[in-house]
Amino acid sequence: MSEAEQQGEEGAGIVKKFMFVNRKAPYGTIYALEGLEVVLISAAFDQDVSLAFVDDGVYQLLKGQQTKGIESKNFSPAYRALEGYDIEKLYVEREALEARGLTEQDLLVDVQVMSSAELSELMAGQDVVIGF
Amino acid sequence: MKFGILVNEGPYTHQASDSAYLFTKAALEKGHEIYRVFFYHDGVNNASKYTEPPQDDRHIVNRWSKLAEQYEVDLVVCVAAALRRGIKDELLAPGFRISGLGQLVEAGIQGDRLVVFGD
Amino acid sequence: MLHIVNKSPYERNALESCLRLAQSGSALLLIEDGVYAATRGNAAEAHLKDAMARLKVYALKADLEARGVAGRVMEGIELVDYGGFVDLACGQPNCQSWL
Repeated sequence: MSEAEQQGEEGAGIVKKFMFVNRKAPYGTIYALEGLEVVLISAAFDQDVSLAFVDDGVYQLLKGQQTKGIESKNFSPAYRALEGYDIEKLYVEREALEARGLTEQDLLVDVQVMSSAELSELMAGQDVVIGF
Repeated sequence: MKFGILVNEGPYTHQASDSAYLFTKAALEKGHEIYRVFFYHDGVNNASKYTEPPQDDRHIVNRWSKLAEQYEVDLVVCVAAALRRGIKDELLAPGFRISGLGQLVEAGIQGDRLVVFGD
Repeated sequence: MLHIVNKSPYERNALESCLRLAQSGSALLLIEDGVYAATRGNAAEAHLKDAMARLKVYALKADLEARGVAGRVMEGIELVDYGGFVDLACGQPNCQSWL
């Protein structure tokens, strides 16, 4: 059993609502990538996980990222892999998309687009909120 | 109340580590429990035993080590973030240990509150 | 929720996003460079005053003093020390740092 799975067992029974709030663009800083690593680990703990994309965080989900020129790893495929880890609640703030001239069609993964008011309500009901 | 603390930035460059330390100390002095302090992103640099700040300013790393000793606080450095930044076991200041990201998630599960300090 | 903002409104949109997404009845604590938003005459003053109708706003005294602006705080903002910060975190069911 991996350490993560073992710890998942030890915490067995407690299910909390974890929301990971992404507000930063990818590649300019490491927060998007290392944030995703936390999300992937959280899958081993059977918690109620959701991701919110707000402000520049929506850029993390854009199709067509090609990182060969900056010689950095393109980690955007990992967002498509989340479903395989039973992490399916991806929320995108409508205002953030519109302010950036983007639509749902520009995104590489299925998301639920919601208004600030709807997202605000969801956030308030979380147990643990970690912003990246 | 049981607190989990997340420190996302290294010593001195950002105020995050200072704020986290002063919050943690205040919580302990009030009789609360600190379940774990988890260091992620550049926060792993708070664990380096080789820092040599000027004598007339606070020693951030030593402060964390002393707090860990005085109150038995669990100071955990993320292994993946540490490896990326060249922080290894042999470089750790007293009181710090390297472990997996699961320890952060666990702190969120077991703690009553998780307070994040970063940039 | 206890919302924590640590950056000046001139530097980051953290405060703006926080105010957009914070529910009525939440608490907002300004720390580190975020305390500049609590000062009279700053660009965020009007926005913060509006928000104060639905959120309780606090500022960390130590950070205001460090920056020499403790005497410039807007009316209606309550100053707290680190102990007060801890109490705020206990008093709300959850917290979120807007980095």
